Amino acid sequence: MSNDGVDNGKRRFLTLATSAVGAVGVVGVAVPFLGSWKPSAKAQAAGAPVEFSLDKLEEGQMVKVEWRGKPVFVVKRSDSALEMLKNKKDGLKDPDSSKFPEQQPTYVDQVNRAIRPELLVVVGICTHLGCVPKHKKETEVEWGGGFFCPCHGSIFDLAGRVFTGVPANKNLEIPPYSYLSDNKILIGVDQGAA
Amino acid sequence: MSKMSQFMQWIDDRFPATKVWNEHLAEYYAPKNFNFWYFFGSLAMLVLVNQILTGIWLTMNYTPTGEEAYASVEFIMRDVEWGWLLRYMHSTGASAFFIVVYLHMFRGLIYGSFRKPRELIWIFGMIIFVLLMAEAFMGYLLPWGNMSYWGAQVIINLFSAIPYIGDDITIWIRGDYIISGATLHRFFALHVVALPMALLLMVFLHIVALHKVGSNNPDGIEIKQYKDENGIPLDGIPFHPYYTVKDIVGVAGFLFLFCLVIFFAPDLGGYFLEPPNFTPADPLKTPAQIAPVWYFTPFYSVLRAVPDQQLGVIAMAGALIILFFLPWLDRSNVKSIRYKHWSFKIWLALFVVAFVVLGYLGMKGPTPMRTLVAQIATFYYFAFFLLMPWWSKWGATKPVPERVTH
Repeated sequence: MSNDGVDNGKRRFLTLATSAVGAVGVVGVAVPFLGSWKPSAKAQAAGAPVEFSLDKLEEGQMVKVEWRGKPVFVVKRSDSALEMLKNKKDGLKDPDSSKFPEQQPTYVDQVNRAIRPELLVVVGICTHLGCVPKHKKETEVEWGGGFFCPCHGSIFDLAGRVFTGVPANKNLEIPPYSYLSDNKILIGVDQGAA
Repeated sequence: MSKMSQFMQWIDDRFPATKVWNEHLAEYYAPKNFNFWYFFGSLAMLVLVNQILTGIWLTMNYTPTGEEAYASVEFIMRDVEWGWLLRYMHSTGASAFFIVVYLHMFRGLIYGSFRKPRELIWIFGMIIFVLLMAEAFMGYLLPWGNMSYWGAQVIINLFSAIPYIGDDITIWIRGDYIISGATLHRFFALHVVALPMALLLMVFLHIVALHKVGSNNPDGIEIKQYKDENGIPLDGIPFHPYYTVKDIVGVAGFLFLFCLVIFFAPDLGGYFLEPPNFTPADPLKTPAQIAPVWYFTPFYSVLRAVPDQQLGVIAMAGALIILFFLPWLDRSNVKSIRYKHWSFKIWLALFVVAFVVLGYLGMKGPTPMRTLVAQIATFYYFAFFLLMPWWSKWGATKPVPERVTH
C-alpha cells in the first residue's frame, strides 16, 4: 500500500481518540472489580448500629454488646466512681484524653469520657495488643475499679483511661454512639448525626 | 530420516521446539566457573514447582470460609490420605523458598550480578521477591489459626497509617470491619490464582532477560568478549548437559535438608509454624505475643525500630524499595567481590550482621535495649545502600582478568 497522500495528523487524532475511548472503558470496567471488595450487604448489616436499652442496667453493672464483631462494654457508673474519676490525675498516662484525640468522639467529655456522665460506652479491646480486658467493679479491687487486661497486665480506670507503668499507651477507644431516648442508646451512630 | 526425527521435523515446522531447546538449554552458553552460589536460582524454580503442585492438591480438601477453614486443615492433617505430607511440603516449602531466594539475592550482591547490563534481571527479581512476600502473607492467613488472624490484623492495619483514607482502605482490603471470612476468602483467591500467575509471568521475564544478556559469573566479567570462530564464548559451556547435571547435585543436597525438616521437625521449633497457630482464630483474644514468620522479621524489626507509626511504615516500605535501585547505587568499576577493594567486605559483612540481627529481634518482644539495637541495625541497613554511591568508589580495585579463572 502506498503511503502517498496520508494525512498523519488525522491518523494521530484517530489513534488518540480511540485510545481515549478505550481508557474510559478500562476505568469503567475497573469500577465493579474494585467495588466488589467493599464490605458486602451482609457484612454491612452485621456492622450496622446496635440499639441497647438501659432499662435493666444496675449501678456498677457492665454489659457486653457486640458491634461490628467487637465487644463493646456498657457500664453504669456510680456517683462516687464519677467523683473519683474527676479528681484522679496522677498515675494516668493521659488523664484528660488529649494525647490521642482519635480514641474518642469529640462530643464526649474528655475526663469522664461519656455523653452523660453515669454511662460509659467503651470498646473492650486493649490498646496494647488487642486482648479483651476484664471488668472490675470499684468494690472489687483496691485501685478503684475499671478494666484489667489479663494478657500483659494493662489497667484502665472506669473511664477507660490507661494507668502508668503498664504496657498500653492509649486510653480505651470510645465508639461513636448516641442517645435515642433517655434509656436507649444507639452504638455506631454519632450523637447529632441521626 | 528416522521416524523420530521425522516427527520432530513435523513439530518444528509448526512450533519452534528444537529452536527453544537449543537457545535456552543445549546451546545456551553459561560461564564455566559457576560455584555453589549458582545453585539457588534453579532451586527456587524447584521450590516454586513444589509449592504449585502441593498447593493444587491442598485446595482439593481446603475450605476457605471462616467457619470451616481451621477444621478443613485439621481434616487434611488427620483424615486425608497423605494430607499431612502435602501440607508439610507446602508449609516447609514456604520457608525454603525464602531461604533460597535470600541466598540467590546475596549471590547477586557479592558478584555484582545486578550491574549493567543486568539491571532488568534484578528488577524483575525484586518484583518476584515482593510478590513472594504477598503470596506468603496471604497464605499464612489460610489455616485460620490465631496467629494467622492476628498477624493479618497487624499487617493490614499498617495501611491505616495512610493519612485520611487509611481506615477506609483497611476496610476495603478486609471486606469487613474486622478480619472475617470475607477477608479469608479473597486472600484464598489471590493466593491460589492471582499471585501464582503473576509469579510465573515474572519468573518467565526474569529468565528471558537473563538469556538475552547471558549469565554473570564469580569473576564478574563478560564471557561474550572472547568467542571462537563459531561465535561461541571461549569460557562458556552449554547449560545442558553441564549445568543441568550440576544442578541435580544441588537438588539432591537441598532435598536432603528439605526432607529432614518435613519428616523430623515440620514446625522447626516454632520458626516455620508458630505455636499460637495451633489454636483456631479468635477475634476476641490475641496471642500473648504477635510475631511474623522468620522471613518477614528483618522488615518487621525496621517497622518497630521507628518510634512513630507512620514513619515506621515508610521505613519498612523504604527498606524494600531501596533494593530496586541497587544497580544504580553501586559505582565500583568492578563487579565481583573478588576484585573489589577490601573495604567492600567490611561493609558487606556488617550488612549481613545487621540483617540477621534485625531478623532475630523481629522474633522477640521489644525491650528498650533491643529497640536500641534494632535502631542501630536499621540505621546501618539504610546507610549501606544510601552511601553506596560513595563508599563503592573507595580504594583501589584489583586488576580484573581477561578470561574467567577457575
